[in-house]
Amino acid sequence: MTRTQALLDWIDARFPLSSLWKEHLSEYYAPKNFNFWYYFGSLAVLVLVIQIISGIFLTMNYKPDAAQAFGSVEYIMRDVPGGWLIRYIHSTGASMFFVVVYLHMFRGLLYGSYRKPRELLWLVGVLIYLCMMAEAFFGYLLPWGQMSYWGAQVIVNLFAAVPIIGEDLAVWIRGDYVISDATLNRFFAFHVIAIPLVLLALVVVHIMALHEVGSNNPDGIEIKKKKDASGRPLDGIAFHPYYTVKDMVGVAVFLAVFSIVVFFAPEVGGYFLEYNNFIPADPLKTPQHIAPVWYFTPYYAMLRAVPAFLGTQFWGVLVMGAAVLIFFFLPWLDRSPVRSIRYKGAYYRIALALFVLSFVVLGWLGTQPTDFLGKLGSTDMAVILARLFTVVYFAFFLLMPWYSRIDRTRPEPERVTG
Amino acid sequence: MGDAGVNNGKRRFLLVASSVAGGAAAVAVAVPFLWSMQPSARARAAGAPVEVDISKVEPGMMIRAEWRSKPVWIVRRTPEMIEALKRMDSKVADPESQRPMQPQYAQNEYRSIKPEWLVLVGICTHLGCSPTDQLKAGPESGLGEDWAGGFFCPCHGSKFDLAGRVFKDVPAPTNLEVPKYQFLTDTRLLIGEDGKGA
Repeated sequence: MTRTQALLDWIDARFPLSSLWKEHLSEYYAPKNFNFWYYFGSLAVLVLVIQIISGIFLTMNYKPDAAQAFGSVEYIMRDVPGGWLIRYIHSTGASMFFVVVYLHMFRGLLYGSYRKPRELLWLVGVLIYLCMMAEAFFGYLLPWGQMSYWGAQVIVNLFAAVPIIGEDLAVWIRGDYVISDATLNRFFAFHVIAIPLVLLALVVVHIMALHEVGSNNPDGIEIKKKKDASGRPLDGIAFHPYYTVKDMVGVAVFLAVFSIVVFFAPEVGGYFLEYNNFIPADPLKTPQHIAPVWYFTPYYAMLRAVPAFLGTQFWGVLVMGAAVLIFFFLPWLDRSPVRSIRYKGAYYRIALALFVLSFVVLGWLGTQPTDFLGKLGSTDMAVILARLFTVVYFAFFLLMPWYSRIDRTRPEPERVTG
Repeated sequence: MGDAGVNNGKRRFLLVASSVAGGAAAVAVAVPFLWSMQPSARARAAGAPVEVDISKVEPGMMIRAEWRSKPVWIVRRTPEMIEALKRMDSKVADPESQRPMQPQYAQNEYRSIKPEWLVLVGICTHLGCSPTDQLKAGPESGLGEDWAGGFFCPCHGSKFDLAGRVFKDVPAPTNLEVPKYQFLTDTRLLIGEDGKGA
């Protein structure tokens, strides 16, 4: 017995190292027909690691104090050796996290990855998405720029729109009557410890649930139904080394793109880092045009599109919340006999295309002032467009039980195709 | 050891009882933590009233004061502006200020103690942005030919007239808030206290 083997045996007698390795890597059988869309799960894990590491090093110089926060970020950018790089990695990572996760979620919509028996896997994924939104929101206040301040003001006031308890709830969240030092301090606590802990736990649960049910694939069929004599799926290949090597190619390409952004265009034209956030927070003056960072703009456009009704703006908040929470219901809305878009009919293809279109258009509208397209009658054209696409967005989900059932599907293959 | 003689009913009772007791203890422990997130004594104390000198404000001008870290606007309305308010009644959602967004003494057609002086909390009632002042009437405001002067919120496009009354069909649900205030002298305002009790 070699010394390495002896060491491994010693550990295995005390900790299930080899069996964990086998269960999750060398003997975890994934379908052999993964395509481009299957890069984004592992890339999301990579970005999470990038965010945690860059975040730890930012906290070494950042001051969560309303009087010092903005200055400490500038200090990181100018005086801390390599501080600019760490901060740009963190700010680029935030946006790239959403890019990767949106593509990962789109993959689920393409191939029906949320369908039975992967409902819990999907639910945990949506929880991760909610956590990411909270993490991004709390983190965005920390630089204490104008956009930080007024963005937080708007979002916290969403809670004030809740009937009866709203005003007290908003004061409780802020710890003050306005966004202030107390708010900044607690948002820092949420951003650096509370939410990351929950996020990490959910990621572990997500991967455990995935490895329990096994990965879906572009054909949307179960590879576990056809096994060889030793019990391995005929269409499965070991995650390691086959997919670890494949994912490394994805990582290399991704890091190249990531580096281009970090080194050559960290602001991405005001989309990753908004220009108004280079002005220190001023509680007495709202910037001319405020918009959230791009990954929130689809929901923000919906919020703006819903008018006040019966003397409350709660409806806009409700629509915005529903737009996120409706993802939870997806596994039970899809009644199609097949999972993958490859075997679904025209209805689903059209519906998904319209959904993606509505998400992109709403996202674009959310970055603009409401009057940028002029008026139709007495209402801003952009508001009318946002209302239209909000309806399309919700129709994708709410009409799914009908269009997915009457859609003309094609039979699924017995074994995975190319 | 077998299960003979085990009292399952008793076991279930103990399980439920200890779970409930443990759960109640966990909730009780959460209370002081959640309690600590309320505004501190210092934050509460910072809500004191502020005094503002308005002797240098010309007709048609506006100044900003800060009270409880919120912007407070003080506008000296010209006679034309006051006259124009009457014509706005059909365009605003709550022309008679029925909703309680002002102290009793400001529930009138000017939403102020003296028609000339308008005092408002400069926070949009939609989601808390601070609207910009577009006091001058006319198209140069960028808000259309028929703009009669008022305030425009850049965040979500809400509009208010020169009494802080909200327009119809905009996101903001109510008129802008009028804070408690009083005239200490003709040129000194006290914001946050009106000498009429809490």
